[in-house]
Amino acid sequence: MIAVTGLTKRFGEMIAVDSLDFTVNKGEIFGIVGPDGSGKSTLLRMISSILIPDRGSIAINGVDVQENPFLIKEKLAYMPQRFGLYEDLTVEENIFFFGRLFLLSRRDIRKRLDTLYGFSRLGPFNDRLAGKLSGGMKQKLGLVCSLVHTPEVLLLDEPTNGVDPVSRREFWDILYELLGQGVTIVVTTAYLDEAERSNRVALMYRGRFIRLGKPKSIRNEMKQKMLQVVVNRPKIAEAALKKHEGGKIIRTGNSIRIFTDTVQKTRRHIKQILSNNRVGIISIEEVPPRLEDSFIEIITREEAC
Amino acid sequence: MKALGSLTRMAVIADKEWIQIRRDARSLYLSLFIPSLLVLLFGYALVFDVKHVKIGIFDQDGSFLSRQYCERFKHTEYLSVEKYVKNYREIDYLINTGSIIMAIVIPPDFEKKFNSGKFADVQVLVDGSDSMSALIATGYIKAITYEFNRDYLEQALIKKGISFIKQPVEIKNRIWYNSELKSRNFVIPGNLGLILAIISALITSLTISREWERGTMETLITTPVRGYEVVLGKLVPYIFIGVFDVICGLSIGYFVFNVPFRGSFIELCLISVLFLIGTCSIGILISSATRVQVLSVQLAIVVTYLPSFILSDFIFPIKNMPLIIRIITYIVPAKYMIVVLKGIILKGVGYSVLCTQIVFLFIFSVVVLALSIKKFRVTLPDQ
Repeated sequence: MIAVTGLTKRFGEMIAVDSLDFTVNKGEIFGIVGPDGSGKSTLLRMISSILIPDRGSIAINGVDVQENPFLIKEKLAYMPQRFGLYEDLTVEENIFFFGRLFLLSRRDIRKRLDTLYGFSRLGPFNDRLAGKLSGGMKQKLGLVCSLVHTPEVLLLDEPTNGVDPVSRREFWDILYELLGQGVTIVVTTAYLDEAERSNRVALMYRGRFIRLGKPKSIRNEMKQKMLQVVVNRPKIAEAALKKHEGGKIIRTGNSIRIFTDTVQKTRRHIKQILSNNRVGIISIEEVPPRLEDSFIEIITREEAC
Repeated sequence: MKALGSLTRMAVIADKEWIQIRRDARSLYLSLFIPSLLVLLFGYALVFDVKHVKIGIFDQDGSFLSRQYCERFKHTEYLSVEKYVKNYREIDYLINTGSIIMAIVIPPDFEKKFNSGKFADVQVLVDGSDSMSALIATGYIKAITYEFNRDYLEQALIKKGISFIKQPVEIKNRIWYNSELKSRNFVIPGNLGLILAIISALITSLTISREWERGTMETLITTPVRGYEVVLGKLVPYIFIGVFDVICGLSIGYFVFNVPFRGSFIELCLISVLFLIGTCSIGILISSATRVQVLSVQLAIVVTYLPSFILSDFIFPIKNMPLIIRIITYIVPAKYMIVVLKGIILKGVGYSVLCTQIVFLFIFSVVVLALSIKKFRVTLPDQ
């Protein structure tokens, strides 16, 4: 459905997207996970034709995005990370505006309203200004507006960022429903649990996919456990631990997190190193690894190879 | 079919823009009522007629003749005698404080000299800091003195038995188009052109930069809408607002200030639309170039206000300017519009007489519109 080859985008010295090659199959949810600044948004913008790549090409259904941007736009919907609807227009006015830009008649849009309001439950708010909606409802409206013209490809840039957990789940239910209708969805996210709901997931870091595959296989790679140590002299502790444990250490403030396969053994080991260096331990406990942490772990391993 | 789709999308953009303008009460008032308010204010304030010039009189003679001479200055609306002063120091003080801008000094031997047939000198002291008023006011004094002389001469001749005298040459003024030489009659049309040029660029300068700032542009450009459709669609409501402003301004001129309207109203509206396409496009061009609201408003004011005010021939005559400046005035649309407004309102002439202006306005509008379409892209910039 979407075929990306050698895609590169540079902003000055920084390489935002670095010679990417991948394909997205028809009717799947393709998740892209990565920390802020890894190039996710840049990638989506290029797929949606609004950002011109430096090198490489994107084809959707065999049609080149660069050469026929307007042909692509007819069948595509893109929802930017930042709320991109008119806050001084009501919910319904926004829906009609975007529908009519795709040359749907008012009657056709009205017919679709039932379905759109049905899954988004925005019906009761049809007269409310978009700016007066809550964060979750705004995102749903954004999705609704991008779905008025029944696109074949849906590009969502961190659609659930800053949305409460209930709305997040609802949002994903909608995506699954769309999937049933054969829509191809590319979604970026910073949440690990969301990535797991995708059919395939790519881990993006510094403009490249460092992992691409089924969520299960990637999760397996992240199966390690994690210890969190809070200390009184974090910098000395970090230096000392790095000497013994290598790159699997992440420090934020005065807490240090360490990846390990054997919790008990490492715990003893750490205690010993720290007391040798006269560092006082405030607490030491096992914590579930966060996506950000797993990433850094994979990345450091990647860079070590 | 393709053209129809294009027109539909333009209409959709125009429709959305209109809803947004309507919801933003402040900019709606700014664009609908401020121009009329300015026409009203300037109509009262911007008067170039020099009337009721404040003068002081220092009559050192105090004779019958000098009093008769002074009397002449009292019965005219152009001058108003503020004070009879006693010495030069007082004149100095009054001119310095701005109480008077001119003083007439009659020397002690005024009557004696006059009767003995010598020249009787009168001194006029003028505050030159307002050179235009000063120049015009000394003209008044000269005219009054000339009349005084003539009357005296006549009387003297009648006494000697010559009852019929004829001036060899006499000027009879007949002013066309603005027969009373009321400055308001040219201030109002000129002003309207000026205000339109500024307001139209100002209100459009926000439209595109606002969408970039609010993030709505990123969604808009992923729809199949073309760049020119966005630009043209956005222009439409603002041109309607501009025409509304023209009608309001003209009504104020006609009903409040009794400025005559001699030409074709429809013709004026059509040329206004042409003018507005150009000036609104300046705003759009600035807006798509800067993508920042504050900057685009400032630029719009600088680009339209000063040139329209100084280089439009409204207040400062272009023919007195150096060549290079005169060339620059050719790209100031207000210059043509003010000629059109004055022509249609005061002279009642039509498009055949104003065709030069119309051609220039057309070229200006087409070029600026083309530039603004070229400048507006449906892709993101590399930041």
